[in-house]
Amino acid sequence: MSAQTTANPNSKKSSQQSYATEPINKDIPSNAKIDLYRQMVRIRRFEERCVRSYQQGNIGGFCHTYIGQESVAVGTISVLGPNDHIISAYRIHGHALAVGMSMNELMAEMYGKVTGCSKGKGGSMHFMDPTRHFWGGHGIVGGQTPLGAGIAFALKYEGKKGACLCYLGDGAVNQGAFYESLNLASLWNLPVIYIIENNQFSMGTSQARSSAGTPLAKRAEGFAIDWAEVDGSNLYEVRYKTTEALKRAHDSQRPTVLEIHTYRYRGHSMSDPDQTYRTKEHIQDHREKLDPIMLFETILKNEGILNQDIIHEIDLKAKEEAELSAQFADESPYPPPSSILNHIYWEEDNPEHKVSQGTILFNQLLEQE
Amino acid sequence: MPKKTYRTALNEAIAEEMQRDERVYLMGEEVAQFQGAYKVSQGLLEKFGPKRIIDTPISENGFAGLGIGSAMLGLRPIVEFMTWSFSYVALDQIINNAANMRYMFGGLCNVPIVFRGPANGGVNVGATHSHTPENFYANVPGLKVICPATAYDVKGLMKTAIRDNDPVCVMENTILYNLEGEVPDEEYLIPLGKADVKKEGSDISIIAHGRAVITSLEAAKILQEQHNINAEVIDLRSIRPLDEGTIIESVKKTNRVLLVEENKPFCGVDAQIAYILQEKAFDYLDAPIHRVSALDGPQIYSMPLEKIQLPNANHVVQEALKVLR
Repeated sequence: MSAQTTANPNSKKSSQQSYATEPINKDIPSNAKIDLYRQMVRIRRFEERCVRSYQQGNIGGFCHTYIGQESVAVGTISVLGPNDHIISAYRIHGHALAVGMSMNELMAEMYGKVTGCSKGKGGSMHFMDPTRHFWGGHGIVGGQTPLGAGIAFALKYEGKKGACLCYLGDGAVNQGAFYESLNLASLWNLPVIYIIENNQFSMGTSQARSSAGTPLAKRAEGFAIDWAEVDGSNLYEVRYKTTEALKRAHDSQRPTVLEIHTYRYRGHSMSDPDQTYRTKEHIQDHREKLDPIMLFETILKNEGILNQDIIHEIDLKAKEEAELSAQFADESPYPPPSSILNHIYWEEDNPEHKVSQGTILFNQLLEQE
Repeated sequence: MPKKTYRTALNEAIAEEMQRDERVYLMGEEVAQFQGAYKVSQGLLEKFGPKRIIDTPISENGFAGLGIGSAMLGLRPIVEFMTWSFSYVALDQIINNAANMRYMFGGLCNVPIVFRGPANGGVNVGATHSHTPENFYANVPGLKVICPATAYDVKGLMKTAIRDNDPVCVMENTILYNLEGEVPDEEYLIPLGKADVKKEGSDISIIAHGRAVITSLEAAKILQEQHNINAEVIDLRSIRPLDEGTIIESVKKTNRVLLVEENKPFCGVDAQIAYILQEKAFDYLDAPIHRVSALDGPQIYSMPLEKIQLPNANHVVQEALKVLR
């Protein structure tokens, strides 16, 4: 099942295919498969530690956890090449870990500490690491979708064979910016892959109550963009279908919309009591039947790659790493008050290159601060 | 020195910078095949080709954001808004993304982008097409805002804006596009944040930006010829960064101030200028600071009335006489 065309007869929400025999999954060494599993476990344990830190009052603001959706970030990012880039919305802890950012810099960012990846200026929604081609972390729903097209535009402009994965939630498909982006991406043949992480709820509003027509990815048809649905509980399927989209981006510079069906076990954010719009049974049911980590664990056990000892060790280390990151964040200093007024303009941060004159900031810190 | 129109000077600035730097490209509605809604980009498609002179669909939020994304990766887009009034549908991209990007990620990236286009009333197109949002955008830390009034200034400032590593909003004016001025053939740059004394004087400082500078110069001539008043006219040129030094020095000399802008008065640029002058030149003021702004309603369509709504030389003269009374 290759590129879905606009007819898309093969589109299925939950495929029975294993995708284990596809080269992208078959031809990787056992330790790489274990690493995929490890990455998902690390994300889950990190997020669980974030929940505790939030409840302890160490993390403020909004904190959107990725528990249940781990296969999406890990699966899609694991098949990227050296010229591929990613950009996402605000539920980004998983993506940040999957590109290789450290738990320490992420946890410290959420604690508002200077050792955070954004020096305590961005918080949970604003992680970035340009050296790993990860361009954030964006808080306004749908606002990152034109940026993703722009990243793809720049890759093409510079003649690079690369693509941009631009993630959005199922709620973001109802923002106008997304359609402007789809139109531009198709019109200009941009190598961008829009990945709808469909966790069924835009905050507390179910898909049925927010979005007309299913599947959501089918909306791409109006723009003559290829699309596919993906069963997010199957890591192999995520990897395979992302690879197909990447091929299309690299070889034909055409965009794709992928809708990956997934689920989050916690509320929209930590401030969401998660009691008004779904039942505990609904969550429990998903967790028992479709948990991506559990299912991949079973696959790897059946392949004879994973055993209980390795599983235990991976879990223990992930918990320990997460615990240490909280300790690191806790012990790190807050940024100095002067940092309120830097990183506003490149030119002010690089005085040796400054050509502008005059006043650019219109007040200063009081001396006693 | 050769005379050129504001439009030609702008066109030359863009062409020279595109010649100089492969990463610079121009994108907007009708900028390529149509040669620009106001012909600013005339001839550029032929010179640079469709890869770098790009017609967009009518999707300001989409293409502004696309420009920002490409700038994060190191391209240097010039995004044209057919009028700055249309930038309002792209506010999310300009404010949340272009302006905040560097800050939110602790300096990990920057957004070298120019947003440009005309921002003016006075052309009989009604409220939705006549906005002058320099005050809105200058209110946002992370953005730079300039309002060039002459052909010479727009060329030198535009070239600097394109080379700037931060987002710059360049607000032009359709009425000024045909205005001629001296523009040298040799290359020159004008730094952002440097005001220009357009006419020296000793009796009153008239401080203006954009087309209000031209209006103020007309008024200064009338004040001189009919009232024997020698007004100094200062062109801010750049709103953010702002040249406080030049305006304060002028006020120290003249002791009287009239602020002129085509924007609406409440929370306008001149409200900030008045605040700065009372704080930093209080002892030098011999009279209250006065302002002339657009009359405080949405821009009216009817031509004769719009002429009354926007500052004209007569308004400036009358208000200057009040300051000097």
